[in-house]
Parts: sequence; C-alpha cells; structure tokens
Amino acid sequence: MSNSLFLMIAKRIGLGFFTLLAISLLITVGVEALSGDICTAILGQMASEETVAACHARLDLDRPVMVRYVEWLVNFVQGDMGRSMANDRTVMELVSARIGNTLYLAAFSSMVAIPLGIALGVVAALYRNTGFDRGISVTTLSTISVPDFFVAYILMALFAVKFSIFPAISNVAGSMGFWERAYVSALPVLTLTLISIAHLMRMTRASIVNLLASPYIEMAKLKGIKPGRVIVKHALPNAWAPIIQVVILNIAFMVVGVVIIEVVFVYPGLGALMVDSVQLRNMPVVQATAMIFASAYVLLNLLADVLAILANPRLRHRR
Amino acid sequence: MTDQLLEMNDVLIEADIDGHWKPIVNHLSMTLKRGEIIGLIGESGAGKSTFGLCALGYTKPGCRIASGSIKLDGVELVGQPESALRKIRGNKVAYVAQSAAASFNPAHTLLEQFSEAPVQHGKMKTSEAAVRGRELYRQLDLPEPDTIGERYPHQVSGGQLQRAMTAMALGSNPDIIIFDEPTTALDVTTQIEVLSAIKEAVKARNVAGIYITHDLAVVAQMADRIMVLRYGDLIEEGNAREMLANPREDYTRRLLAVRNLREHKIHGDGINVLLEVKEVTARYPGTKIDVLQDISVKVEKGKTVAVVGESGSGKSTLARVITGLLPPSAGQVIFKGESLPASLKEKSKENLRSIQMIYQMADVAMNPRQRIREIIGRPLEFYLGKTGDENEARVHELLKQIEIPDHYIDRFPAQLSGGEKQRICIARALAAEPELIICDEVTSALDQLVAEGILDLLQNLQNELNISYLFITHDLATVKAIADDIVVMYQGGIVEQGPKQQILDPPYEDYTELLLSSVPEMDPDWMDGLVERRRRGEAPTAETLRQR
Repeated sequence: MSNSLFLMIAKRIGLGFFTLLAISLLITVGVEALSGDICTAILGQMASEETVAACHARLDLDRPVMVRYVEWLVNFVQGDMGRSMANDRTVMELVSARIGNTLYLAAFSSMVAIPLGIALGVVAALYRNTGFDRGISVTTLSTISVPDFFVAYILMALFAVKFSIFPAISNVAGSMGFWERAYVSALPVLTLTLISIAHLMRMTRASIVNLLASPYIEMAKLKGIKPGRVIVKHALPNAWAPIIQVVILNIAFMVVGVVIIEVVFVYPGLGALMVDSVQLRNMPVVQATAMIFASAYVLLNLLADVLAILANPRLRHRR
Repeated sequence: MTDQLLEMNDVLIEADIDGHWKPIVNHLSMTLKRGEIIGLIGESGAGKSTFGLCALGYTKPGCRIASGSIKLDGVELVGQPESALRKIRGNKVAYVAQSAAASFNPAHTLLEQFSEAPVQHGKMKTSEAAVRGRELYRQLDLPEPDTIGERYPHQVSGGQLQRAMTAMALGSNPDIIIFDEPTTALDVTTQIEVLSAIKEAVKARNVAGIYITHDLAVVAQMADRIMVLRYGDLIEEGNAREMLANPREDYTRRLLAVRNLREHKIHGDGINVLLEVKEVTARYPGTKIDVLQDISVKVEKGKTVAVVGESGSGKSTLARVITGLLPPSAGQVIFKGESLPASLKEKSKENLRSIQMIYQMADVAMNPRQRIREIIGRPLEFYLGKTGDENEARVHELLKQIEIPDHYIDRFPAQLSGGEKQRICIARALAAEPELIICDEVTSALDQLVAEGILDLLQNLQNELNISYLFITHDLATVKAIADDIVVMYQGGIVEQGPKQQILDPPYEDYTELLLSSVPEMDPDWMDGLVERRRRGEAPTAETLRQR
C-alpha cells in the first residue's frame, strides 16, 4: 500500500507543479490584458509621455511580456520572488509580513466552523426531515446563497455599526496580544464561518444519511444497539473519508477565499495585498501571492486525498 | 410461558407508496415453537422479508405495522417503544442478512462486531464474548478460528463471512434467528457448506429459526414447516415434507416445477463452426495472474454452448475476450473462419454487429432516459441503416417476437418489470441481426418463473432464427434446460467440455461432480445425505479440489 500511496503523492506533486506553471502563465496573460500598467497606475492619467517612458525604462517594462515572464520564472524557481515594482522592497519581505495574518485567520475560522459544521450535520442527519433539519438547512443555505462581501457588510452593519460590539476594521498588528487579536478579527472569522459552514454541514449530513441507509447500519439496529452508539461506532468511522474531503477543501477555501473578506475588513493579509497589487498592476507581487494561494490549494487537496485513503479500512488493512 | 415461542397474529404491514399506505403483508399469522425452523417462500414482492423481520418488531423505513399482534414468549411487541424492542433485538431474536459483505461494518474486525451485541446487552464481558466467538467460529468450520476474528470483513471470503454472521447471530444465545436469504449470493459449492454449517449449529442449540428464501430446494433442507407467500398473502402452509411431496396449490406446484425446465430443442445443423476461441490466455492490465489459461472453445451455428463455473472461474472474462473488451495476451478468436481483431477499437462495424451481448442486470444495461422505441431502434439505425417508418415497423416486429405488448414502445425501462426489461435487452440484441449472442447470467437476477419464461423465449428464437448462444451461467438448472454443449471452467482453466449428455451423465470429472452434487434438490434429506457421503470421502468436496 505504502508504495502505491507514495507513487500517487509523487504524481500529484508533479501535476501540482504543472498546475502552478499554468496558473502563473494565466496570471501573466490576465494582468497584461488589463488596461495600463504599473506606471500609468502610479503616475495617473495626467502623466506626460516622457515620465511614463522613463518609468517603463526604469522598471524594464519595455521588453516583451513573455521574456519578462520567463525571467521571472527562472528566478522564482531558484527561490527569488523578485522585488515589488511599487516600492522596491523584496516580495519576500512583503509576503512574509502578511502570510502569518492570513494563516491566523484561516486557522481561527476553521477552529470555529469545522466542529460546528460537522456537529450540525450529524444532528441534522439524525433528525432528518424534522423542523430542526429544515431550519438548519434554510439558514446555512441562505448564508451561502448571498455573496461573501454581502454577508460581511451585513455583519458589519449589525455588530459594528448598530450594536458596536466588534470593530468594523480588523487592522491586526504584531504587537497585539492573543485576546485583543481575536477580538479585532472576530467579524472576519464570523463571516468566513457563516459562508463555509453550509458546505460542511450539508456534506456531513449527506454522507451520514447515505451511510444510515446501508445494510450494516440496519444490522447494527437489528442487533439492538442504541442510536447514539450506532452513529459513533458504525456510521462515523465510515463517514470520515467524505467529511475529511470537505473539511480540507474548506480549509483551502479559508486560506484562498479570504481575498474579499480581507479587503472588506481592511485585514492586513495576503488577500488584501493581492488585491492592492492587482490594482497597481504590480506583477511580481501578484505572481507571488497567486503562487502561494495555488500551492496551498494543491497541497491541501493532496492532503485530503491521502487522508481519505488512510481513512478507508479496506486500503489500510490489505488482504 | 406458553408452548409457542413466537405467535404472530393477523399482522398487517403497510408501505408508504407515493403517499398512500398500501398493504404489503396482508393479515398473516405464524407460530413458532422452540427449536423449530419455519421456511418463508416466495418470489420478490411476496412480503417474505417484511413478514420475517417483523418478528423483531422491526419494519424497513417507509413501512409500518398497521395492526395485528406479535407475541414473543407471551410478551406483546406491537406498540412497544423502541427502547424496549432494542432489548429484544440481537438478544432474544437475532438476524442474519442476505449480503454478509454489505452487512458487516467495514471499519471493524469480525470479533469486535461479534462481541458488540452480547456485551451491549449486558450478557457477557468483552473477554468472555471473545472466547465464545472463537468457539462458535470453530463450530461453524471457519478456518483459523482463533485468529479469524481479528480480520476485517473484506479480508475473508463471502462464504466465510456468511458463517461469521451466523456466529454473530448465535453470539448472545437467542431464542430465534431470522435468516434472510443467507446463501443466495453464494456459489452452489459454497452454499452447501454454509447451509450445513448453519443447520448443525442451529440444531445443536435448539434455536428456532425463520428461514426466508426464494429457493424451495434450499428451504427443503432447512425447514420443518413451510409457508408459501405471494403478493403479501399466504398461499399454502404445512409440514415441509408433506408440502414438497403433495403441494395443494397450483402456485406451489409451479414453483416446484421450475426446477425441471423442459427441453424443446430443434437442433441446429451444427455442421459449421461459427466461433472458435483458440488457445486464449488473458490477464487484466496491471496484474500478474492469467485469469484465462489456454482456453479453446467452439460454438457451432444454431447451437448453444453453456459456460459453467463459480465466481472467479473466468467465465465472464471469456466473454470480454470474445467481444474485444479485453484483448488476450496469447491465442486468437476466429469468427466464421476469420481471425477477429483482438481489441474493440480495431473491430469493424460488421464484427460488432454479428456478436451481441445480453447482460445480467437488465436495469443498468439500458439508458433509463430512453423510451423502448429508441432502445431497440438505435441498433437498427446504427448497424442496418434503418430509419423512419422502416425502423418503427421493425421495432414493432421485434416487440412481437419477444412477446411484449405493442403499446410498450413508448414506455421507459423503469415502467417495466424485471423480466420485461430482460426481454427488451434481448430485442435490442436481436435488432442487430447477430449470428452469436453472448448471454452473461441473463436469468440470475430474475425470479424462477420469470427466468423460465426468458429461457423459453431464447430457445424459441434460436429455433426460429438459427442463432448461436454462448451462455455464461453458474446455474446448472439453466444449463440443463438450454445447452447443447457444456464447458466447465474452474480457476481460469477448462475442466472438461463436450456435449451435454456426456458431461451431465456419469462418469463425472471430479469438479463437475462437485458442482452437480451441490445443486440443492427438493428431497429434504438430500443435504444431510450428501454431507455424510462427503465426510466419508465418497463424494468430492471443494476442499479436496482446492488442495490439488
């Protein structure tokens, strides 16, 4: 088993690199397709042609885009992410200042959303087609049916403006203590939780409902096993594989999907950095953040698949 | 305590069908004494499982016990809360399911699942349950009884799982065990081993049993009394021996009669060989075992060759090789004197047209979103270029040939019964005007009476159209009814082949004898006698063959 598992992991990592390459190309083409470049973005529309030309020359933007891309790629592969075009700081410096904040937000939201989502899913499966089940479904579905930023603004209007419980701007800083940090980031966490819990809850519910119809659950009932034990001993061990998949995809979403949330709450994370950089057409920073987001997604997906295999007793205990 | 262990009186069970409660068990009654085994017989939809299960106070989701009384040891079960019923289930009344593979939880070992009921019901400690488990495993003739309990369900074979499940049912010393088709999914040679192990273990403990099956010959071996059910009604009830000897009702007689399928062949000319499989060896990609080893088979024009064997014998793989789904690693397939291209891609439309297939599961072999008109019309258009009115007219003709009413042409597969679906599949194969039809277990999923109708139809079509059949099956009754030649396969090789009479009459090849002797007979003493002869070494057993 370990052999085939390692082979699969190796294959997937190889494919992952290919994905990253494709994404970097897409980003290059995409940013290039936007009107203007960093010089027009910084200098504004009023700038004279000479100033813009001088800016182009200083930033080496006169060369064809593919040449610049290949150069970036060669450097990137060697671990050099280049320098920001806007302020000449290294991309590494910019990114490392922000990545911790984004991971903190993802971890914090996951810790709230995942246990809650799974628990709600199990309860909804047990009491399926009751008022509770429907209520939960309607609530969670409505939170994912509206756009992320809308949920964010509603929460802000409610908890920051109307009741002033939490701050509207989540400007965390390194100097903050644990509680202060948690307090300041409460609204982004709540938003992320609300928009991800529906997936978690519905997938958990679906996989448990599916399992509850299987012959070995009927067998357990006919052995006179109590309902709680049927769930914990007979359903859950077999439900892990699908649930793990959703959980990890959600963690990936928490890392990657924060872009808009960060902007709304002015949260100093990678997503906000990316959005700022796209506005400035700051290619090296856009590329670096895109690569980080994409790798996180690829790696977490791989992790999900590996865990799903490990969770399957048929694969764990071979004949 | 009364004399009767279980008394079910006037039980009405209803199912929720499209929002209406419809009766599926119609005021049935049953009594069971200690140590007695009662057989519930019937075709699918007879309500036999539903009725059997209600002895646990249980109904499948979507069903309810509407009225009646179920008394276990004098205690009424109907109307009891779940918590009270739980104390009975797996404790006083235990259940053995049809598919052991699906009914064991894949996440736990056999012994963990064995111990669960006795421990949870407070009858034993975990350590005591383990001892008892090993003891029962030994009694049920499971290999390595001391350690087999540590294995996971997927690590043991189907027959062993079924025995492990019987052990599990016996675990907490129940008064009654409900057996729900426990051997239906097994090969005949395995079935008899499991049946005799079950019978012995149950008799030794004086446990009462409700044995649910569609197979009269199986129930003849197990039951003291038989109830024949149909559409939720009782047809006939009585002592097993008496009923088998003298069935009172016509329906019971028909169930008994299907075992002896009549033969009405007009023999084909048999002069020219249509298909020849020549020294074929094949393995699945990425594996190292040859699932077919040096197989040679001939099919003559207008004749039927039956390929018989247990699961894993390679008989379905042979079909895959002939159709080109699995190119052989050696040997060739010759059709009408010409070598067929090995892989599907290289085959011409003409190659494809002349060999058609009919599958076991008619359900999944048809597109559920297509009407019968399209299902049968498609090969007419694809192979023969028939369109429009010509196509429609031919579909009607084919429907007539398979004895399906004309107006079915606008129906979807889901609106048809199992037997009707299989007829449509036959019509679809016929539409291509093939010379050879490969039938892969085409009657295995059907009730006996329906299967008989299908076999009749296939035979009539052969007489009429001079088609050849390659008939893949594990069911020897089917073989007896339809084959001209028989090929017996075992573990990827051919044990013997030849004309039907030569194979089915003595002297037998050992494996053929094992197969033939394992087919349950109506004689209630058949199994005990056979087991005794096998024990004395007078008849071959699966064990001795495996050791070779």
